[in-house]
Amino acid sequence: MEFDLNLLLNGIVSGLLLGGLYAAAAAGLAVSFGMLDIVNIAHPALMVAAAFLVVVVGTALGLDPLLTALLLAPVFYLVGTGIYTVYNYFFERRGDEALQGLAFFFGVMFIIEVGLVMAFGPEQRFLDPDWGFVTWRIGEIDLPLRMLVPALFALAAIGLLYLFLHKTFTGLAIAAVAQDAEALRLMAIDPVKIKRLAFGISVALACIAGGALIVVQPVEPSSGQIFIGRVFAICIMGGMASLSGAIMAAFLFGVVENVTATFAGPSWAPAVAFGWLLLVLTFRPQGLFGRAA
Amino acid sequence: MSASALPALPASDATRHLPFWLGAFGVAAAVFLALKLIGNEYGYYAGYFILQYVVLASAWNILGGYAGYVNFGAAGFMAAGAYTAIVVRKAFGLDLIPGILCAAAFAGLLGLGTGYLTLRLKGVYFSIATLCLAVVLQTLVVNWDYVGGSRGAYIIRPMTMPGFSSYGEYIFTVMLVLAVIAVGVGRTVEHSRLGRGLQAIRDNERAAEAVGVPTLRLKLIATTLCGALMGVAGAPLPYYSGYLNPEAAFSLSYAVNAIAMPLIGGAGTWLGPVIGAVLLGSLQQAATVTISSALNLWIVGWILVIFVAIAPRGILGWFGKR
Repeated sequence: MEFDLNLLLNGIVSGLLLGGLYAAAAAGLAVSFGMLDIVNIAHPALMVAAAFLVVVVGTALGLDPLLTALLLAPVFYLVGTGIYTVYNYFFERRGDEALQGLAFFFGVMFIIEVGLVMAFGPEQRFLDPDWGFVTWRIGEIDLPLRMLVPALFALAAIGLLYLFLHKTFTGLAIAAVAQDAEALRLMAIDPVKIKRLAFGISVALACIAGGALIVVQPVEPSSGQIFIGRVFAICIMGGMASLSGAIMAAFLFGVVENVTATFAGPSWAPAVAFGWLLLVLTFRPQGLFGRAA
Repeated sequence: MSASALPALPASDATRHLPFWLGAFGVAAAVFLALKLIGNEYGYYAGYFILQYVVLASAWNILGGYAGYVNFGAAGFMAAGAYTAIVVRKAFGLDLIPGILCAAAFAGLLGLGTGYLTLRLKGVYFSIATLCLAVVLQTLVVNWDYVGGSRGAYIIRPMTMPGFSSYGEYIFTVMLVLAVIAVGVGRTVEHSRLGRGLQAIRDNERAAEAVGVPTLRLKLIATTLCGALMGVAGAPLPYYSGYLNPEAAFSLSYAVNAIAMPLIGGAGTWLGPVIGAVLLGSLQQAATVTISSALNLWIVGWILVIFVAIAPRGILGWFGKR
């Protein structure tokens, strides 16, 4: 293929927009996996479940998909606290996180995925909001609203999370709980309560990401599998517990994946995620933007 | 970096192996004769289905049960084995048995490679890497026209096999022998220094390292063994079904069963995966016939979640074996 600067520029820009979606998906994981040390491999499956619910609820009520995702987020918050309560009661309390806890989340992921197949069939679902067909052009660069709006929506949600984590007492407690749960106890805060809250927030973020996802691309029950590699790679690259790191890693990842898809064909995109993950794990397990422990 | 670097088993241990192997082949012969007496082709079909899970679950148990490292990529390793069998048949005209050997070698190398890149870190990273490995291998196979791409590949299996009443009986017998070998390997590992080292890693990796257990080397041996056996479980698959497409080979049900079966039977014991595979395998075989296959997979997911929550030591744990 002949090298084409416009193609490359457009690839980079839409990669950045895609990165916004990835950032939303990875930010939730940065909270659960990065800060709480809970390896929630069901996170992408929850995101896909949210996308399906957005289709159903949004179509039934005639609401905008992103608004629907926002309305569904509290429901997912409750689901998250429920999952954490079970996880804490049966695994974390007993110190069985490593084997049984991982198997638990794998089972949850599996139940969600097969449940979606049973409820909706294996077909793809998609939504077309009215603004989804509009494309802004700046010079030679296309800015489809279908990509731009979800990216901005996701970044706004992450921005709120950032403020919450850095400016409020509860937010600071979340950052502290994984480092020293005992110290929290000494300050009369129940670490389990804080973790439950934080896990709920991370699952609510999965819902936001699901809303963004369904606008950007069609979704099928098994879509979550491809996202596992992506979001964990981004999360680890970003330095685990760092929100800003995760966002930067997500943008970088979106660009690399999208440029690969543009020049090598879209069916190779999933391989990028895995190759990237392996490289990061091998050479910089503390993340591109993280500090060495 | 091979098992020969470890000291040989003490003589007292070696003698206890003979009754096991005799017993195992005795059980296998009894199963074979019983099915031959029933003489129904479906019996071989269902038997193969359960036995492949005995191999898969035993393989998972070597790394997951003894060392506590979770391999989510069972489907990937199994498909790697199945596609190796297809490739060596297409390229060199090799039949089932050499195909199984090649599958073991390739899947073993795959396990070694994945382990080498990720096992120096926390166990979680290895698990995540195996999870992605399946996705990427599927991408590669879908894009690889030589093995049929997403359309899938056919293997014309012979109608008859000399010495056997049908090809179904032949492939069932092959899987039966493989299952005995896999369980035997698991048991041998459990009673060897390798198994003891892996158990020490599971209980406390740092302490194990401190008293001189070569943790990385043992983990690498275990991932290689685990990958090779999973490849073996997959290699006869194209011969069994006559047709293989990426979707079937990389089916998530292999990954979930490989984890659910040992955990339900009792992970970390050689008998646990066998119990789990026979129970869950029979249940699924019965459920596939009577109710939809999606619902029956859903049930497996729930059984897994409920079992790890309520009975973390599995069925064998109820009898206080550990």
